[in-house]
Amino acid sequence: MELDPLLLSRLQFAFVVSFHAIFPVFTIGLASYIAVLHALFYKTANPAWDRLAQLWTKVFAVAFGMGVVSGIVMSFQFGTNWSNFSQSTANFMGPLLSYEVVTAFFLEAAFLGVLLFGRGRVPQGVHLFAAIMVAIGTFISTFWILSANSWMHTPAGVEVINGVFRVTSWTEAIFNPSFPYRLAHMAMASFITGGFVVAGVSAWYLLIGRDVEANRKALSMCLWMLLVLTPTQALVGDFHGLNTLEYQPTKLAAMEGNWETREGAPFLLFAWPDQAAQQNRFEIGIPYAASLILTHELHGEVPGILEAPPEEQPPVALVFWTFRLMVGLGFLMIAVSLVGLYLRRGGRIYHSRRFLQTLRLMSVTPFIAVLAGWITTESGRAPWLVYGMMTHAEGVTPSLTGGMALFTLLGYVAVYGVIFYAGTYYLTRVIRYGMQQKEEEKLVDDFETPKRPWSATSTPFDDDPTKAEG
Amino acid sequence: MEMFDLSLIWALIIGFGIMMYVLMDGFDLGLGILFPFAPDEDARDVMMNSVAPVWDGNETWLVLGGAGLLAAFPLVYSVFLPALYIGVFLMLAGLVFRGVAFELRFKSRRDRRNRRMWNRAFSWGSAIAAFAQGAVVGKYIQGFETQNGVFVGGAFDWLTPFSILTGIGIMIGYALLGTTWLILKSEGYIQAWAYKLTPPLLVAVLVIFAIISIWTPLVNPLVWDRWFGIIGIIWILPALTLLCMFVVYWSVKRRRELMPFMATLGMFLFTYLGLVVSKWPMIVPPDYTIWDAASAPESQLFLLIGVLFVLPFVLGYTFWSYWVFRGKVRVGEGYH
Repeated sequence: MELDPLLLSRLQFAFVVSFHAIFPVFTIGLASYIAVLHALFYKTANPAWDRLAQLWTKVFAVAFGMGVVSGIVMSFQFGTNWSNFSQSTANFMGPLLSYEVVTAFFLEAAFLGVLLFGRGRVPQGVHLFAAIMVAIGTFISTFWILSANSWMHTPAGVEVINGVFRVTSWTEAIFNPSFPYRLAHMAMASFITGGFVVAGVSAWYLLIGRDVEANRKALSMCLWMLLVLTPTQALVGDFHGLNTLEYQPTKLAAMEGNWETREGAPFLLFAWPDQAAQQNRFEIGIPYAASLILTHELHGEVPGILEAPPEEQPPVALVFWTFRLMVGLGFLMIAVSLVGLYLRRGGRIYHSRRFLQTLRLMSVTPFIAVLAGWITTESGRAPWLVYGMMTHAEGVTPSLTGGMALFTLLGYVAVYGVIFYAGTYYLTRVIRYGMQQKEEEKLVDDFETPKRPWSATSTPFDDDPTKAEG
Repeated sequence: MEMFDLSLIWALIIGFGIMMYVLMDGFDLGLGILFPFAPDEDARDVMMNSVAPVWDGNETWLVLGGAGLLAAFPLVYSVFLPALYIGVFLMLAGLVFRGVAFELRFKSRRDRRNRRMWNRAFSWGSAIAAFAQGAVVGKYIQGFETQNGVFVGGAFDWLTPFSILTGIGIMIGYALLGTTWLILKSEGYIQAWAYKLTPPLLVAVLVIFAIISIWTPLVNPLVWDRWFGIIGIIWILPALTLLCMFVVYWSVKRRRELMPFMATLGMFLFTYLGLVVSKWPMIVPPDYTIWDAASAPESQLFLLIGVLFVLPFVLGYTFWSYWVFRGKVRVGEGYH
């Protein structure tokens, strides 16, 4: 079998980005949560907030470290596997990605150290300020990355001269048409991810009866936030969908599994898209629902995949199913949030073991939803790398052979496999031994210890800290 | 916009960034290379503790250089990375393993097998990353096969006898930076070990430096012209390099502590400058200059504003963290 460097490069990029993405999605939300905890502690002086801030800062440190390591690899992949793309779009992509790096450095240099190691060493107000700045910083990074990504979906503010993109308007290019929706959708996804992870961990602590006071506060807070955010996210997603309808109708048609342009299109709950036959083999749908959602009219016109020639169509089944996975998980999250509201009466959210167990399990769902949504939007763009302007095939490195691409794909899978295993293993240890009186007594680092993110945790990798004598 | 030569400014910024990277990450990669040969586990603790606070700050220069290249000289990015495809992968994999080893080695307390595993990740990661960087330099000297600004060579073009030599050269050079750094940061038997190791490494570097100096003009007509042509003045750079080597030898003999490290840094600095001067203004040899490889001026300017704003902070932070962690690292200190 001939190895296809293009396909392997796409797989490789998808793999590396998916691996990387789960960490920032989590840390962006968590950074804001930590800032809120600091603010609450500053205002009320209740040490429970401080205990929570301590635990989550440690978790943040480890996840942040993982994100940085995997991000470095990603930045080089543009050049190794997509050199034509890099060369053509560097006038826009280069400065944007650099600004992301520069922002991240600036914040790491200035505030991350204070947040991670400043407890008891800098005034409480300064510590709070650093926490807020780190939270803001994560958003500035998100701003640049999502602007670059959105631009690839809805390019604007550029002209192509001899195969090279030149920026004609920075504001149009940066604030391209899909950017506001993508940024809002992603930012909310980050908050929801952080919310479900914190809720899940707090639920577990409550189940085993550890630091009940603090974890009840955390759980209640998260559930209020999720109650507001999960339905709002559905609304934001709907707006994003309308934007996609306007700018990337083929992607939207693939999400709907709608082959022919038609009026009064149903929303398909289940279908078996057959790309070769250019139709669905089987479908069950709610009549008129897609038209109603997308055009707010029963008989509104919904575009079909067939508007694009077969070679310009995305992989329909993949887009169709990942979209449903994301939406389905979204509704599940809304449902859990509503159950939370119902169980508030009589404080049952703290006592219902079944609910707490459910929350524990729910902590992985936002990650799956984010990855599914990401696959939907990125595969839905195929075959375009820069929508309507440059295809994947045009962007890939010309000298790349299938063998090379396969070698590095397997290599990255192996490297990340080891790192991910070590990292998550360690993260679960931090959580497992967190929120215990004993650990807080062990003030490990004095001021002259290394200021690396992971140094913020003193949990050992292998032995049991509850038995270690320090 | 014509008032400034933006490409020249960017060449200086990126040149500076690469130099900072080589000088600063060099010694911590070097310690990784020396790791398996360390006298004992305590010595390894000291070695790692001596760089733990600063190594990732050192590596940020690599990322800054990479991102800056994409923005300012995209041609370099899109020729070098495909040409060095396998090498880049090895370097990244090396750096990733090494970075995680830094964190987890300290947190593996009881289980010796775990600790040995992270030791190995650290030393192999460092050695591979160093070799790959040296091979990049070799490939840069030899030049790239391009057509219309696109790399057209094969996957292993970068692996030539010459680039293997430069790869090994950098490994030994970094190891030398490692021993002289350790002389500065340690004491007792660890320092004695570092003192003992420095002269043989120095001789090895000298031999490789000599071979490369003879080989380079032979594989490269531009360098030949430059060295033996009108600008003979650049001989001052290799002369200064040799002087630095002598100072390393002399100061190690006298058991000086700071001087060997400083002189080794000087060695790297002058070799680097010599390389730059020999190739200037070629940035993708043999065909493209910094102006050929430049991105659009509006893009260069757009990023320049941000970088000029942040650079002082990054530099300040760098100096600050070295200042905070100045002084000797002792056995049993540092972080556990």
